[in-house]
Amino acid sequence: MLKQTPLNAAHRDMGAKMVDFGGWDMPVNYGSQIEEHHQVRRDVGMFDVSHMLVVDVAGDDVRGFLRGLVANNVDKLTVSGKALYSCMLNADGGVIDDLIIYFMTERWFRIVVNAGTADKDVAWMRQQAAGRALTITPRRDLAMIAVQGPNARAKVWDAIPGSQTATEAMRPFNAVEFEQYFIARTGYTGEDGFEVMLPVAEADAMWRHLADLAVKPIGLGARDTLRLEAGMNLYGQDMDETTNPLESGLAWTIDLKSERDFIGKSALQSRDIDFQLVGLVLLDKGVLRAHQQVNTKHGAGEITSGTFSPTLQLSIALARIPLGIAPGAEVTVTVRDKQLKAKVVSYPFARHGHSLIA
Amino acid sequence: MSIPADLKYTASHEWIKTNADGTITVGITVHAQDLLGDMVFVENPVAGRTLTAGEECAVVESVKAASDVYAPVAGVVVAANSAVENAPESINQDAYSAWMFQIQPDNLADVDSLMDAAAYQALIESEAH
Repeated sequence: MLKQTPLNAAHRDMGAKMVDFGGWDMPVNYGSQIEEHHQVRRDVGMFDVSHMLVVDVAGDDVRGFLRGLVANNVDKLTVSGKALYSCMLNADGGVIDDLIIYFMTERWFRIVVNAGTADKDVAWMRQQAAGRALTITPRRDLAMIAVQGPNARAKVWDAIPGSQTATEAMRPFNAVEFEQYFIARTGYTGEDGFEVMLPVAEADAMWRHLADLAVKPIGLGARDTLRLEAGMNLYGQDMDETTNPLESGLAWTIDLKSERDFIGKSALQSRDIDFQLVGLVLLDKGVLRAHQQVNTKHGAGEITSGTFSPTLQLSIALARIPLGIAPGAEVTVTVRDKQLKAKVVSYPFARHGHSLIA
Repeated sequence: MSIPADLKYTASHEWIKTNADGTITVGITVHAQDLLGDMVFVENPVAGRTLTAGEECAVVESVKAASDVYAPVAGVVVAANSAVENAPESINQDAYSAWMFQIQPDNLADVDSLMDAAAYQALIESEAH
């Protein structure tokens, strides 16, 4: 039996094609995935991300607990509402999950984790919190709707009276509590917008209200092409427990400079780094896909995520390839019986409606 | 979902039209393109290639996934539709017009053994359960 979000009926009413997404019955599209993609880059769309899990960590010295739990440094969070992207590592330095941490008060931090890893994450957090005066609370009583695109904030302000005053001055990667809502200026598309957490009982009405305001529903298909164009990693594809985050384009999120110790730090410091995550654009016709082999002058690598980019109108990918291959280099990718030419590029590929690839 | 009565079908979701000159025209069904979503790439076999029945001979790729297209019967490729390669989305728009390639079958009677519209309809319904 697939798990359902509180918006399941609304998706079906809106003509969604539903798929099994890691045990969740989720909309992959409501028609054309490419049109949904453009809708978000050019105007506004909404995503049901209620399958992801909100976890509240509350009690004594939450900050001290998180300092050791995650690889990025929560001491960067000094102002209430500020968000931080981080990996949570195991003792070997493998990635248990990537997550966003919102600092609210010294006694309350909110964490949003991936759907497929949620149970594992909560169990790990509780194990690490043993003996501390902390509670770790999964919030399945909250739904989450991501409204994304250049017109996203204005639509949320229309939908939630009073929210404009509360959020207009809020910078990206910040959140605020407003009435029964938790409104975060975060997302997974490379566009401006909000992720709105709200009581499950209100989710269906809010979704339909946003639709009445001409916010189009967007499926997981376009969510994947949007995040890949924006150069954002996907857990389980670009990194997992077996990969080194320093070979997964995540070095910017791992604080090895401070004295602070965290789970996985010593393992990371002792591991060799032989690979890097790069962007690829396909020069030949075709579509790059995960697990295709990349052939470079320094040896073979592998595509971790690949797709057709609706914004660039060509195929793009993230690939883990040997160090020493710089942007601009030409490589080949083995696609079926052919060797297709591709160019190494730095990413993101596209954000805020525009291609970033020359 | 429309399944034209004048075409034949395969379990791998190709449609087959028999032409007056004894060749056949092959494409993928509305059901197939619906499963795959927005088409972005088509690779057809080259004219002159000899195919065995059931052989992988073309590829269609949507944003979501790549899918092989199979030769419905044995024969020789006599034409490939470059228009559909240049505009893969035409398969989404009208799958029964957006043909992919044509074959001169070794034995035209082989086409008779393929599924008719009713059998294909039954197949789709059985796959939905």
